[in-house]
Amino acid sequence: MTTQTSSALKAKVLITLKNGVLDPQGKAIGHSLAALDFKGVGEVRQGKFIELELNQTDPDAAYAKVEDMCKRLLANTVIEDYTIEIIT
Amino acid sequence: MKSAVIVFPGSNCDRDAAVALEQATGTAPLMVWHRDTDLPDVDLIVLPGGFSHGDYLRGGAIAARAPIMQEIVRRGHKGVPITGICNGFQMLTESGLLPGILMRNAGLKFICKDVFIEVSDNTTTFTNAYAAGQTLRIPVAHNEGNYFADDATLKQLEDDNRIAFRYADETGAVTTAANPNGSTRNIAGIYNESGSILGLMPHPERAIDPRHGGVDGVGFFTSIVKALSA
Repeated sequence: MTTQTSSALKAKVLITLKNGVLDPQGKAIGHSLAALDFKGVGEVRQGKFIELELNQTDPDAAYAKVEDMCKRLLANTVIEDYTIEIIT
Repeated sequence: MKSAVIVFPGSNCDRDAAVALEQATGTAPLMVWHRDTDLPDVDLIVLPGGFSHGDYLRGGAIAARAPIMQEIVRRGHKGVPITGICNGFQMLTESGLLPGILMRNAGLKFICKDVFIEVSDNTTTFTNAYAAGQTLRIPVAHNEGNYFADDATLKQLEDDNRIAFRYADETGAVTTAANPNGSTRNIAGIYNESGSILGLMPHPERAIDPRHGGVDGVGFFTSIVKALSA
């Protein structure tokens, strides 16, 4: 028998521009896709993906901590939204 | 008059700012490293231009959380005059001392050229040596200078006369064609509520010597001296 050791959690954070905020990079990507003849592509929006390893076992506490990180550094809530996924 | 220039890894206009301050005040400013937490009493704090921390995450975002910034935010709330130029303007918005944010330029290109800006109010700490409505020729050099704020904030800035500079053409007309980076309402610089803090994208410290190609930035520094040496 081995005792189960607590493993670290991972958090995946997706940061996207809020609706209504102009995204010139997304537009440029869209134009480039059209140049490659990809048809039927509507609006393109680009964002950021941040993966964090957390030395923590409680998913709820981990979520709260990452949300604080998002508010204080990872996202600028003037123009960005964030979604957090905790992977156990 | 005592001033301090805060130096971050990747700052590249810190020495230009120091030269401009020394030329105007006769005294070299203190150069303060971003990891310091003590800041002597000074009459003016300058957050310089550059690419602090490689512009990682967002321009000015990492710098705005540097150890020295807690003290700078505290001084800013106490009314100590602060100016953030270019990357320094980004630090001021990221630290919450000024509202809004500087986004990627609408044309997605780094812009490095002289622009014209209109001085809105010539009664402030930073503009009293200029005439109201004067057009200045000052260089910009940035990738994220596209000012954005929500409508309520913009209305507040307009109502309180807190838009310091707007991009204009050579004649001083504020037009879409004269806007280099897509900035909302051609905003090139804004004040905080009391006018003690100014963020601006153009670089007055790069227009203080005829060899720069222009000296329209001199008034920025002589304004500060006049306001703060009184």
